Amino acid sequence: MQPINLTTALAAGKVLMEKVEKASGVDVKACYQCGKCSAGCPVAFAMDYTPRQVMRMFQLGLMEELLKTRTIWLCAQCETCSARCPRNLEPAKVMEALRIEAKKAGYEADSEIATFNEKFLRSVGANGRLYEAGLIVGFNMATVQPFKDAGSAPAMLAKGKLKLFPSKIKGTDVIRRMYEKALKMEGEQ
Amino acid sequence: MKYAYYPGCSLHSTGIEYEISTQCVAKRMGVQLQEIPDWNCCGASAGHTTNHMLGLALPARNLAIAEKLGLDVMAPCASCFSRMKHAELAVKKSQETRKKIADLTEMDYEGKIGVKSALEVFVKDAGLETVKSLVSKSLGGMKVAAYYGCLLVRPVGVGIDDTENPMLMDDLVNALGGEAVDWAFKTECCGAALATAQPKVGLKLIYDILSNAKAAGAEAIVTACPLCMVNLDMRQSDVNDKTDAKFDIPVFYFTELMGMAFGEKPDKVGAGKHFVNTAGVLAKYNLK
Repeated sequence: MQPINLTTALAAGKVLMEKVEKASGVDVKACYQCGKCSAGCPVAFAMDYTPRQVMRMFQLGLMEELLKTRTIWLCAQCETCSARCPRNLEPAKVMEALRIEAKKAGYEADSEIATFNEKFLRSVGANGRLYEAGLIVGFNMATVQPFKDAGSAPAMLAKGKLKLFPSKIKGTDVIRRMYEKALKMEGEQ
Repeated sequence: MKYAYYPGCSLHSTGIEYEISTQCVAKRMGVQLQEIPDWNCCGASAGHTTNHMLGLALPARNLAIAEKLGLDVMAPCASCFSRMKHAELAVKKSQETRKKIADLTEMDYEGKIGVKSALEVFVKDAGLETVKSLVSKSLGGMKVAAYYGCLLVRPVGVGIDDTENPMLMDDLVNALGGEAVDWAFKTECCGAALATAQPKVGLKLIYDILSNAKAAGAEAIVTACPLCMVNLDMRQSDVNDKTDAKFDIPVFYFTELMGMAFGEKPDKVGAGKHFVNTAGVLAKYNLK
């Protein structure tokens, strides 16, 4: 990490700090750095910054750095940190709000997870329901690993767990408009 | 007792046994289910971590349709349940959010009805006494690790049981004549979609859960979540391939164990559709 001027960081991060605090409903300033979130986090071993470090970086205004972390993508939203926080803060909600902002700013530090979510929502947007086989094929193609999980496919088919065609709901128009309006609402915030 | 039934995407594909066994158990317990017409996906984690309002509106559309039926919703999948509960609470908490959601769903969900998980409906509402009265083929002391994962118990206010030591499924296993083992990983995360998007990370989480269940002497794991099932059951062979482990732990939905203890044949509740073979443990306890 490059040396950081903490005096200017706080001023520079202010707008985004307020935005994320409002979206998440979490008063990050109230975190007293006990580290219970990191201790219980099942994914901390793979993160570039632990949940406690994310909370501290936030307090210091290092927002640009936070948007670039892999941590906010690796967070599985298991909510263990939120359930155990002695200050009743919800780090998982902060991660979620940061991820939304990172996407808006064009940062996707973990392209596989970002791609997976994008393909998931695209499938739901097109059919109203998730088409799992389509999601896996789409994800594998986009991440150039065409045969990933392909070994399970014949058994899945035999067990009646894999559909050959998506099921489409009648209200797909509503879902399409829902996506467009939700995107617009978020842009206005 | 009647509920609007929300199967969700998984119960029509990878979680087909959960659908079959839920329908079977509901019938046996006198719980009537009416499927929500034209239901849509709840958005799961991808929805709410991409767009806050979309994460609320997707599940809210289903709640709005159920409200027209005048019925509370029963959602077996832990993730669907959690997303719908978040939407229910958001609407009950704020009129402004309710209006925004109504704009997105083109229907006004007023918060008159709510959502329950299938575990709550069968164990809390219908009740353990009803369960016990229906047991005709006890699980015979089968050692079972009750695995709750994340979304049934967290966050506080949304989950249906204690966040650290939930007991609903343990009590159920014992009521069915099994022996719920004491273990440390009942609310640890299976990694959800990480096993697909970042397998190295996801598989470690699955490995840890299976290891702890094995160490506690579990002969089977029981779950209430279709994604936990895929990870613990289908990916058990991946874990064995990529580590020195040789796990061979069958995984069941709680509804499958209920059905079999109620005297149904394993095939009738979908117990033959798993990846880890279930025949051995079922034969041992005479549940053929």
